[in-house]
Amino acid sequence: MKFVIALVLTAALALIAPVYLPWYSIAFAAFLVALLIPQKPMKAFLTAFLAVFLLWGIYAFIKDSQNESLLSAKIARLMKLGDNSFALVAITGFVGGLVAGFAGLTGSLLRSIFRKK
Amino acid sequence: MRLLLFILCAIITGGLIYALNNSWGTIPPLGKFLSPQSGFWQNAESVEAGYSEKLQFPGLKGQAEVYFDEHLVPHVFADNDADAYFVQGYLHAKFRLFQMDLQVRAAAGRASEIAGPVAINFDKAKRRLGMVYAAENALKEIEANPDVKNVCDAYTNGVNAYINSITESSLPLEYKLLNFKPEQWSNFHTALLLRMMAEMLASGTESDLTATAAKSIFSREQLQLLYPQVQDSLIPIIPKGTAFATPAVKPVAPALADSLYFNNSVAVVTPTVPLPDADNGSNNWVVSGSKTRNGAPILCNDPHLELSLPAIWYQMQISVPGSNCYGVSIPGAPTIVIGYNDSIAWGVTNSQRDVKDYYEVKFKDKSKKEYWMDSSWKTTQIRVENIKVKNAPTVYDTVAYTHWGPVMYDESFAAEGVSSGKNLAVTWIAHQPSNEPLALFKLNRARNYNEFVNAIAHFDCPGQNFVFTSKTGDIALWQQGKFPARWQGQGLYTMPGWDSSFRWQGYIPQAENPHSYNPVQGYLISANQRAVDSTYPYFIPGSYITERGITLNNKLNDMDSITIQDMMQLQSDYYNISARYVRPALLKYIDESKLDNTAKEYLGYIKNWDLYADPESKAQTIFQHWIDSLMVTVFNDEIKRSTPRAPYPDKETLVELMLKDSNCVFADNIETNEVEGWKEAVSGSFEKILPVIKLLDSKNELTWAKFKDVSIFHLLKEPLKAFAVTGLKVGGWGNIINAMKKSHGPSWRMIVQMGNEIEAYGIYPAGQNGNPGSRFYDNFIQLWAKGEYLPLWMMKKEQSTDARVKWTMEFNKG
Repeated sequence: MKFVIALVLTAALALIAPVYLPWYSIAFAAFLVALLIPQKPMKAFLTAFLAVFLLWGIYAFIKDSQNESLLSAKIARLMKLGDNSFALVAITGFVGGLVAGFAGLTGSLLRSIFRKK
Repeated sequence: MRLLLFILCAIITGGLIYALNNSWGTIPPLGKFLSPQSGFWQNAESVEAGYSEKLQFPGLKGQAEVYFDEHLVPHVFADNDADAYFVQGYLHAKFRLFQMDLQVRAAAGRASEIAGPVAINFDKAKRRLGMVYAAENALKEIEANPDVKNVCDAYTNGVNAYINSITESSLPLEYKLLNFKPEQWSNFHTALLLRMMAEMLASGTESDLTATAAKSIFSREQLQLLYPQVQDSLIPIIPKGTAFATPAVKPVAPALADSLYFNNSVAVVTPTVPLPDADNGSNNWVVSGSKTRNGAPILCNDPHLELSLPAIWYQMQISVPGSNCYGVSIPGAPTIVIGYNDSIAWGVTNSQRDVKDYYEVKFKDKSKKEYWMDSSWKTTQIRVENIKVKNAPTVYDTVAYTHWGPVMYDESFAAEGVSSGKNLAVTWIAHQPSNEPLALFKLNRARNYNEFVNAIAHFDCPGQNFVFTSKTGDIALWQQGKFPARWQGQGLYTMPGWDSSFRWQGYIPQAENPHSYNPVQGYLISANQRAVDSTYPYFIPGSYITERGITLNNKLNDMDSITIQDMMQLQSDYYNISARYVRPALLKYIDESKLDNTAKEYLGYIKNWDLYADPESKAQTIFQHWIDSLMVTVFNDEIKRSTPRAPYPDKETLVELMLKDSNCVFADNIETNEVEGWKEAVSGSFEKILPVIKLLDSKNELTWAKFKDVSIFHLLKEPLKAFAVTGLKVGGWGNIINAMKKSHGPSWRMIVQMGNEIEAYGIYPAGQNGNPGSRFYDNFIQLWAKGEYLPLWMMKKEQSTDARVKWTMEFNKG
């Protein structure tokens, strides 16, 4: 249950924060949620990773479908991915997830330090 | 332990963010770039996206409506001029901002800011040519005229209104890729953009430096033979037999012209600077009602430029009280450049005239503060150029300005490893004040021939051939620009800059510019050929292209009862006139006895060729290789004797030499003991191409379109090849009416019939929206490649409910 709450909360915050802040505010979102909701460090990483992986991946997928892959095909070619738009969607999710995952891990570790004291 | 882990993870997270928020070499800041909320996904416009908007700007005087049709062409209706050009600026920025920004930065020698150290020499060349100096002088003239200032101010405000509305996520894609931001627009940017056009079209039209090298190895007679001013086959723009007025200016050659100039042969080695494409040409023509089926005149224009995505052109209609104008504009400048209004139509081609000369300057010392003139030391003005470079320290360059102009080449801007010790200052018409926006503003509003002439009289540089027709049935063609009145031979080579008698002594009066009005022949053509035959009283060097003018003359002379359909076919015509002239000579001189069966088969293609360079033609591929090979065989042994290498003569000159001189000395290879003639040159050059032809044939790439691989690149060229459209099935070449080379060719095809109801068609190879993520990015290309057109719709305001109107943008004061 905690996992689901943390996942949804991270995704929600990672969606709202960049409206006002730079893209890397997704890290603050993941950090904050991991700090507030107690989870084991590896689980915190996974939650945050998955939350933003899904958020960015789905967001990019919707944008791509509406655009009928006109742009993603070009960008994919530019990044030497052939015409593979789906790979680009996956990479997008992965990059976002990675940043969030490490931020979540950091938050969870900080929480564990405080709890020890 | 946990603390250590925490610190480590915090560092990794921070490091990741840092790495993904910055660009590394050519890799964009990946986090920022991939973020679906602010990165490139935001530029992936929905294919259903609409463009309707209600906008409010305090800078507007009244209100304006923009109706976009199904091709995203805006039809602008405004209460007054200022609002119309505000809207034009806004639309240019909305759809083409990166292009505008990139072009003015490049024009000002600021490409290194974006491209890094690779562009430093490019930037130095622009600054040493005095591009900013030229734009400053133009701007003073532009802003001195209240009407034009009003237009330019409004345009600039419109561009900035859009720039100021940009958010991180709506930033054009290229800024996200290259990780930089647009800068505010100003009238100075508009002036720079117009000077960029001048540089593109009136800066590579001389070959003073290489011609000076040629002078060091050829005699005066040979020079005239190899680089003739008037070719035998020339059909000039102004019909032969047209009488020219007695010249008002009579330039006199300086007393020392022979010793200091014609017979003084020291070549100067300079660094390689990027030169405009020699085929930056164009076609335009007009036929009078007497030659058309329905009795109304038809005007055609297709400017040949480097094709790019986005295109140099942006199509639109601008309607204000007193003016209703349709055509193509250049993002970065107000008004319509090529088009028509309710009364007249016009088009342009490049004049190809030489309006740039070099003078050798003698400095007193290395400080470049003083230079020798006639009998005393004169002071220069020193400009220190700061070239900002991406990811590298700023480069400083000192440019000395003499009364000739800026010193372009000196020891600090010399060819690698070679310092000739010479300083060359450049005198260029584009350095002088002029007001091209005024010419265009008046041209957009001209209602008849007199108003047309009155309007274009303000157009100084780049010199253009303005073709004209009107609803009243007049046709005309003017070669318009500000041109120096030169003495015979002046400015072909570098001139002594310490002797003021070598200056330009005056300018050809505007009224004496070559022109023709309602000629008996019923048609007029310009296709970058020399405007006049040798009876014109002025010496007018340039880099003329003769062939297309001949084909067009032959065709139009024979045509009658012409329709718009005929003109469409003519703009796509593939007839190779050079091949028609040279094939008999090639076949006469080739020694077939030495050819094997495969070679004979390839020669057979040439023999049986219908002379059309269509996409499927194999003969055209073989012919083009052969003639290129023949040029090298005949001339390379001679021209490579000088440093820098002397320029190749025109192909047309080679053809004429072959036809009229069977014992031509240039056919001999001076590096061998034997004496070669045309027979050896023609046969030898054919044998040399056989391996290449066989290879192409084995790869199935011998057809002309396959070999050429016609491609239209994004403005950023090779690094963004992923954004290019390649492998287009288009024939043609620079000497053919459909002048499509690899990625250089007809950038806008327009046909206008000025009947009671104007009927007009046009197409350009790109799309209205510069965003690579838009469905309007390249949607015109396939139509264009097939030689098809879209009807140009001069919308009336009452038609706002017409089915063709897809979106509406409202501009209000607020």
